[in-house]
Amino acid sequence: MWNNPARNDWFLLAGFSLVVLCLPLILEPIGAAYPALMQKFCIFGIFAIGFNILFGLTGYLSFGHAAFLGVGSYAAVWSFKLLTMNAIPAIVFAIVCAAAFALVIGYVSLKRSGIYFSILTLAFAQMSYNLAYSVLTPLTNGETGLQLSLQDPRIIDALFVAPQAGLPRVNLFGTYTSGGGYAGFYLCAAALIVCFFIALRIFRSPFGLMLRAIKSNQNRMRYTGFNTRPYLLAAFVISGMYAGLAGGLMAVTDPLVGAERMQWTASGEVVLMTILGGAGTLVGPVLGAAVIKYFENIFSSFSVTTLQGVFGFLPDAIERPLVSFLSLFVGDGWNLTLGVVFMLIVIFLPGGLMEGLRRIWSLFDRRPGGGDKVPAAQTQPAE
Amino acid sequence: MDAILLQVLNGLDKGGAYALIALGLTLVFGTLGVVNFAHGALFMLGAFCAVTFDKLLKLESVVVDPEKTTAWGSKLEIRTPYVEAWLGDFGRFLHDYSVPASILLAIPVMLVIGIVMERGLIRHFYKRPHADQILVTFGLAIVIQEVIKHFFGANPIPQPAPPAFAGTAYVGALFGMGQTLAYPWWRIIYMFFSLAVIGAVFAFLQFTTYGMVVRAGMHDRQTVGFLGIDIQRRFTVVFGLAAVVAGVAGVMYTPILPPDYHMGMDFLVLSFVVVVVGGMGSLGGAVAAGFLLGILQSFASMNEVKSIVPGIDHIIIYLVAVVVLLTLPRGLFGRKGVMEE
Repeated sequence: MWNNPARNDWFLLAGFSLVVLCLPLILEPIGAAYPALMQKFCIFGIFAIGFNILFGLTGYLSFGHAAFLGVGSYAAVWSFKLLTMNAIPAIVFAIVCAAAFALVIGYVSLKRSGIYFSILTLAFAQMSYNLAYSVLTPLTNGETGLQLSLQDPRIIDALFVAPQAGLPRVNLFGTYTSGGGYAGFYLCAAALIVCFFIALRIFRSPFGLMLRAIKSNQNRMRYTGFNTRPYLLAAFVISGMYAGLAGGLMAVTDPLVGAERMQWTASGEVVLMTILGGAGTLVGPVLGAAVIKYFENIFSSFSVTTLQGVFGFLPDAIERPLVSFLSLFVGDGWNLTLGVVFMLIVIFLPGGLMEGLRRIWSLFDRRPGGGDKVPAAQTQPAE
Repeated sequence: MDAILLQVLNGLDKGGAYALIALGLTLVFGTLGVVNFAHGALFMLGAFCAVTFDKLLKLESVVVDPEKTTAWGSKLEIRTPYVEAWLGDFGRFLHDYSVPASILLAIPVMLVIGIVMERGLIRHFYKRPHADQILVTFGLAIVIQEVIKHFFGANPIPQPAPPAFAGTAYVGALFGMGQTLAYPWWRIIYMFFSLAVIGAVFAFLQFTTYGMVVRAGMHDRQTVGFLGIDIQRRFTVVFGLAAVVAGVAGVMYTPILPPDYHMGMDFLVLSFVVVVVGGMGSLGGAVAAGFLLGILQSFASMNEVKSIVPGIDHIIIYLVAVVVLLTLPRGLFGRKGVMEE
């Protein structure tokens, strides 16, 4: 599985890393080059890559992935509270907890497939969310959200450093990662590149091939003597670990967790990102996550006055209805834009943005055999 | 004893709403084979039909009285709703009964919305995988929800029940227990209303020729097509019917739960669980599971139960769903061979 990857894959990885590390330069012209936003791109990119390992490869549509994200976040904050403010143990702890959680939920949910699987994962996630809000308050601090406090023991930190006045900040061996600095962004970017590399290896490995085979015809796999369950469970747990890592990084960059992170709308969001970018492709989910988070940021900051400024050159009779129509889609109405775009993508471009890019590419690439590559994403039902 | 009866009552009206939504979901799934994630949005649209109707009734003419002033010194304004001005007593009556009366508005509106939705969007997704259907209807649900939010705001809008039914009934008197079991009238009405709607849908499917053809189409669509029946058109009507059922369920639920733009999603998740527990494609199963889960949920929220198993009231429905799905592959009443895997 770890023998030398194809040359193209190294190029892909190198290109991806270059783009991610140069994000501050690339995003400068479109006004998104501040770390707090870019680290969001990275975190949700990781989340979507992980979701894509399950959905894109096996076709199992999980509607409860946010539960793992939430578990990861809670685990990370508990690590800050009990052990140390260093980010590394928190991330490790987040991944381990999410993996354990995913193992249990996956073991049970994967007994069924198709829509039943979706409902089972949804049910588990809603249970976790409801419990986090109510009975598990000692663990999750309920509606207020789990946060750091001065009374926390922080055993390891207490051994080495004398406690200072005020709340300690999350750090990576002395560099502060919380609060929206570049350190936080580069930590997330490094994590994203590692995750991308692992996903790349999974996609190219026999294991990945096996998962794709399950997607295209699970029965035939069973007939040929493969037990598909362990493969599915492995994919589910890996995907849960990705979500846990994303949750951990969220806590690293901002150590405050609320239960709404686990709600099913949050699970829906990662589904949107993956589909928008292109399920089953490598870069697609990251692209989808970045596009959604970018436009969420831009569109929700637009207001009617901004629109009036943009269309101020038009005559009043045109400007007024145009502005009032467009104001539906910006500001608070950002979700409407998201819904419309998402519907259009599902209807007309099932392969997502990556499919769109491929089509545009094939328009220019008229060499014989250049345009008819096998599409990377072919959506097939899981049942 | 009356505590238990009270919980049963509590469960029945909530269960009624679940059952009505789940009935429509199952109807659509059984006929068109489409998993409709926008069904909760239809329930919400129904509720907002009631809100709109009420707003229309409240449109009023304002006449400023030049002589008199109010206690604050401003000119006295006499406001008369147009309906009262035009229709007199009947207008006042209509105003009081705006919630049930808005069913008259909701039925045609929901029918049109349902048919447009089926013709415009759902039809193109018959052949696509279930995952795609879920995704596109999920997108549609977001769109509907946001449009409603834009026009009606994000806050819940309370709708009063008709004054005649605003109080509480002493249900205990029926069982010879005297003045016990005080229970809101409107919830009792909702219970009977949902039973009546469910009965009507079943009667339509069971006792009319139209319904017979639809049932035949659910079993074997191709053969019905061979017999020269345009089954597609009938299924479109069935989709409209399901939308109407969800819509009137939403209309009548407004006095119980003030409608807001995300109520549809809240109910949808639960209704899906209800459908799956009852068995995909089984109408009776959906209804039975709706009431069953409603009652179970209200029992789980009793203090006695909560003290034994803390937090059970929040997860009972999902817990039941998990257990049912893992032990009974087809749900409680699923037909053999329909969506077993």
